[in-house]
Amino acid sequence: MSLQKPVMRNLLGKRLRFHLPIAFALSIVAAAAFKYGVTEPRKQAYADFYKQYDAVKEFDAMREAGIFESVRPSGE
Amino acid sequence: MLAARAIGLLGKRAISTSVCVRGGHGVAKVEDYALPAYFDRRENPLPDIQFVQELNADQVSLKEKEKGSWATLSNDEKIALYRISFNQSFAEMNQGTQEWKSVVAGMLFFIGMTGLVVLWQRKFVYGDVPPTFQPEFQEKQLQRILDMRMNPVEGFASKWDYENKQWKK
Repeated sequence: MSLQKPVMRNLLGKRLRFHLPIAFALSIVAAAAFKYGVTEPRKQAYADFYKQYDAVKEFDAMREAGIFESVRPSGE
Repeated sequence: MLAARAIGLLGKRAISTSVCVRGGHGVAKVEDYALPAYFDRRENPLPDIQFVQELNADQVSLKEKEKGSWATLSNDEKIALYRISFNQSFAEMNQGTQEWKSVVAGMLFFIGMTGLVVLWQRKFVYGDVPPTFQPEFQEKQLQRILDMRMNPVEGFASKWDYENKQWKK
């Protein structure tokens, strides 16, 4: 008939002591993963693209394709 | 109103048939729903009234015994007193039901009905799509996108090989 008295105190404290370090660790892991998985490759891709970029050549190619309104292809 | 609350604290329902005289205008019948009610809720562990209102002879004598020392009560008597005051124990009231199955079944049924309605709409309500959906138009559109070098770093035009005029491997 006599049950043990259930735990009444420190319930939130116990939960926080367990979950907060995990939460912080996971957040930091998520941020690091995003930084090294997404932003660093993206910065590198932009750097590589513009290293070999010839703006005039690209402009001429676009002009010949006829997409500009202010300057027509050299043939016309 | 005050009289009703005072009697309610003692757990008796006699006032449901009594009258409340208010301001000399006559009697106001106290409705059932206006009285304190019993309900089993986890967040309200001690309801306003006890569960059993009309005690039979055994229960009346048990309540008298309760007024004395509780050490003299046997375990069965303690359980009987509990059942007078409460309908379901916490374990009983927290039991799950099978209701979720009917809920999911209803959800899927109505989603299916909606799907049928949408199909009917496609066939009988909507007109033709615009000419911009035709394959020739789409090809010209794609060529123009590549000519404009849209998103040449990481996006669309970066997947096209301009020297060899084909998609990059």
